[in-house]
Amino acid sequence: MMDQQDAPSGGEPVKIERLTNSIGEWLKGTGPESDIVMSSRVRLARNVAHFPFVSRANEQERTEAEEFLRGQIALSPAGQRLDYINLGELDETDRQFLVERQLISREHAEADGARGVAIDEGEQVSLMINEEDHLRIQCMHSGLDLPGVWEQIRQVDDAVEAVVPYAFHPRWGYLTACPTNVGTGIRVSVMLHLPALVITRQIDKVFRSLHKISLAVRGLYGEGSQALGDFYQISNQTTLGKSEEDLVGQVSDVVPVLIEYERRARDYLVRESQLNIHDQVSRAIGILRTAQTISAEETMQHLSRVRMGVLLGLIEDVKISDINVLLVRTQPAHLQKLRGVELDSSDRNIERARYLRQHFENADGDVTSIN
Amino acid sequence: MKCQQCDKSAVFHITELEEGDVREVHLCEDHARGYLTQSDGDGDEGSEKPTVGGMLAGPLSIAKTADDLAEIDQKACSMCGITFFEFRNNGRLGCPHDYVQFEKELEPLIANIHGATEHVGRSPARFPEGTEPLTAAIGMRREMKDAIECEDYEQAGSLRDELREIDEQARRCREEAPPAGPTEGGHPSPKADAGAAEEPGDATGP
Repeated sequence: MMDQQDAPSGGEPVKIERLTNSIGEWLKGTGPESDIVMSSRVRLARNVAHFPFVSRANEQERTEAEEFLRGQIALSPAGQRLDYINLGELDETDRQFLVERQLISREHAEADGARGVAIDEGEQVSLMINEEDHLRIQCMHSGLDLPGVWEQIRQVDDAVEAVVPYAFHPRWGYLTACPTNVGTGIRVSVMLHLPALVITRQIDKVFRSLHKISLAVRGLYGEGSQALGDFYQISNQTTLGKSEEDLVGQVSDVVPVLIEYERRARDYLVRESQLNIHDQVSRAIGILRTAQTISAEETMQHLSRVRMGVLLGLIEDVKISDINVLLVRTQPAHLQKLRGVELDSSDRNIERARYLRQHFENADGDVTSIN
Repeated sequence: MKCQQCDKSAVFHITELEEGDVREVHLCEDHARGYLTQSDGDGDEGSEKPTVGGMLAGPLSIAKTADDLAEIDQKACSMCGITFFEFRNNGRLGCPHDYVQFEKELEPLIANIHGATEHVGRSPARFPEGTEPLTAAIGMRREMKDAIECEDYEQAGSLRDELREIDEQARRCREEAPPAGPTEGGHPSPKADAGAAEEPGDATGP
């Protein structure tokens, strides 16, 4: 629970420990269309009216802004259901852990000064304090559920707005450190798994169409925009001049079309390229069951193929939610937290292979024929 | 470093992000203006994606001469002190007042990014007319620091009182807002009636 006092020393690692042993709701693969849509997310950028933006604030102002926000949010009903983690008390691995869990951004993890994140029990809501803006509210659900996410984040935003004077201008809307976020401050995104569009080489065409309607495409976990494991994030680029509902609609409207393209591509592969697909899925699961050392990147590529194999009915005894969880738990910080020790890159590759072998050993993992 | 298009010194160092590729461009002032004001994308299919160069094309295109550019760059915010040059360099504004202070310069840039210059959508229940009166605190903190350095304790004391008032106003928000904000389940907070303003602390202290 959030309170106005600083957490007692040593409290933060315990909270990370708790997260290590749980999984976020959004990873459970229970939402609509979750065979293709991993998650739906909305974030709102907000600033406190009487403090300079974070990059301009001196150490004292950052500390005061963080104390103000933490204290005020703790007073709100929304805040009382949140757990606050002071990022300044975490080491690099623990901060990276929160990035891999998508509860904070990479920038937030790497920043300096007073900052923290408030998280709800199901890891659906996170409030980043002193990120690029004083407050970044994020809400994430499993599958395609943008209306549900919007409704939940709207309620959290209302609750915080009741206790925090958001910087606002009648013409420019909610004022943000970067003019690319001004206005609604909203970023609406969906994470899609599009292996068949990648294999059939249609993905670039799809992306060009998305750019034309002002939507951005990024990869999951990859450096910059490089996509790993055929996971792509689609989001709105503009935040001013349209209402929040219209911007949510802009992303919502295009997702069913992408789902349809991916389904058609999957059908095509099953119909026209059966042997090739069977081979790719078999090789992927084979490597994951036998590798002695494996990088995070290679793991993601193979998990992506296995995930597709499960969805095409080629693999029967592996659950989609298990693959979703493995995608996160084989990331560097998660591996170290699960193992309970710091590991260098090559030891992590060995540990990752051991973890994957252990997981897929329990599953039969036989790749069945499509027919 | 030399301009990539002539022998003059490069004074504009532009990083373009295009389709995931990072490209650096180093240009003198003259070539930079030409580069930044050229039609963004030149018919490329991804031309609607805003680039750093594209973002800056608007404000620079209104500048007719190097003197105009220099004058715009030197403009500073009366609250946080950031200059337009500093904003151009790191892409981040310094405080909410910058949107008022640099309104003329930001307008074409924002139009270029969003294709719009008016907010449509939600507004806060408490300050729908804007939060400029609270943002004044940012300038007051700087003035108070200066007053203390100049040993003008009378002025510093008066500023501190004003800052306390703003801080209390900021913390009072919830009491004037509808009680127990709508959250999941809509349970009213057990602390809903606790005085938020009772512990103003000294967030505005020197």
